Amino acid sequence: MAVVLLRGPLKTLADGGVHRIAGATVGELLKELERAKPPLDGWILDERDRIRRHINVFVNGERGDADTPVSSDDQVDVLPAISGGGA
Amino acid sequence: MTELLVGTKKGLFVLEGEPGAPFKIIERGFAGEPVEYAMRDPRTGRILATMTSPFYGPKIFYGENGEWEQATGVQLPEGGEAALERIWVIVPGEDGSLYAGGDPGVLFESRDGGASWELNRTLWEHPTRPDWQPGGGGLCLHSIAPWPGEPDKLAVAMSAVGVWLTDDGGETWSHGNEGIRPRYLPEDAPDTINLCVHDLQRAPKRPERLFMQFHGGVYRSDDAGRSWSNIGEGLPSDFGFPLVVDPADPDSAYVIPLKADMDRVTPEGHVRVYETRDAGATWAPRGDGLPAEHAYLTVLREAFDRRGEGDALELYFGATSGDVFGSADAGASWFSAATRLPPVFSVRTG
Repeated sequence: MAVVLLRGPLKTLADGGVHRIAGATVGELLKELERAKPPLDGWILDERDRIRRHINVFVNGERGDADTPVSSDDQVDVLPAISGGGA
Repeated sequence: MTELLVGTKKGLFVLEGEPGAPFKIIERGFAGEPVEYAMRDPRTGRILATMTSPFYGPKIFYGENGEWEQATGVQLPEGGEAALERIWVIVPGEDGSLYAGGDPGVLFESRDGGASWELNRTLWEHPTRPDWQPGGGGLCLHSIAPWPGEPDKLAVAMSAVGVWLTDDGGETWSHGNEGIRPRYLPEDAPDTINLCVHDLQRAPKRPERLFMQFHGGVYRSDDAGRSWSNIGEGLPSDFGFPLVVDPADPDSAYVIPLKADMDRVTPEGHVRVYETRDAGATWAPRGDGLPAEHAYLTVLREAFDRRGEGDALELYFGATSGDVFGSADAGASWFSAATRLPPVFSVRTG
């Protein structure tokens, strides 16, 4: 299972910042994470199961998207993007 | 003591004060996040606040004394082609319910005080929806007007899809647009549903009467929203966003004219509220105490509210400048309730 790292309000909602989740892609992984942690529902993925526009996902330090494959022991960071923080 | 819930670009501000003097900030919630709308449900005492994080999407929260819970069900059906963009307004219904309107042209209903919400599917699946077009603020359902004592009757308005009416609790919807003349379309254009309503308010003591601030035009309906007459003659501009009525007087309405759609500020740098007490036949400026020069304010559609009625009518509005103004005498005179807040999106009395 991959390791998903959360920060900020996502960490609070998920009751922890480190989660071991199974999934073949980033999208599957995040869907399963929101299912496992209901307070997270809708915070990372929208109703279309798209990663919200101002959230970035990195797989082992490389920028990824919903279709990026994920392997066991990969590390997936979920971070708010600087693009969302306008004045 | 009057309570104001002020939604701003940087959080919710709860103000309290005696009308006539500056109010005190007694609470700030959702610091740093845009709070588009907040209201206190008088039946439960709960505050309901809508917040659209640029990162995490639109949410409704409810709570008291700074303790917040996230409401559930505030989303569109999964697997579709649309996502919820924003919640614009929350209004108490007539039978203990609450209604919330949002973008893209959606209506939600709660039957448990705002803890959980359900999408109105008939409006969501309305066959005309493919023809709906957004206004400048999005495809926003921003006005919800219940009918006092008749929980199944509701009027809602959208930018830019006009007025929608239901007599059966939202199971079916009809359009109420007769007489509205949009100046942003050619005069010989065929009838359209793409009508940019800015605000809609019902006169509680004569509920078949509604007032509307349109995108160029102020209108009145005396047949429950089915047809409309322009009553904007006499205003310095008939463009603006919010509209308020005095619940005691079905002939009353207040608007805050902005110069024009291409210059959405108070005309000539002079802030004035305009009042009618004859159902729109005449309008009178109410600006005593408001900035009379060098004040180019923008007042958004949810940023004007009232408390009380008749001789005890209080009025409050906020601007994107961060100013909040109030009147304790039905608009005859005004005072500064707050200054230097973040840009104000909404003002509601508690």
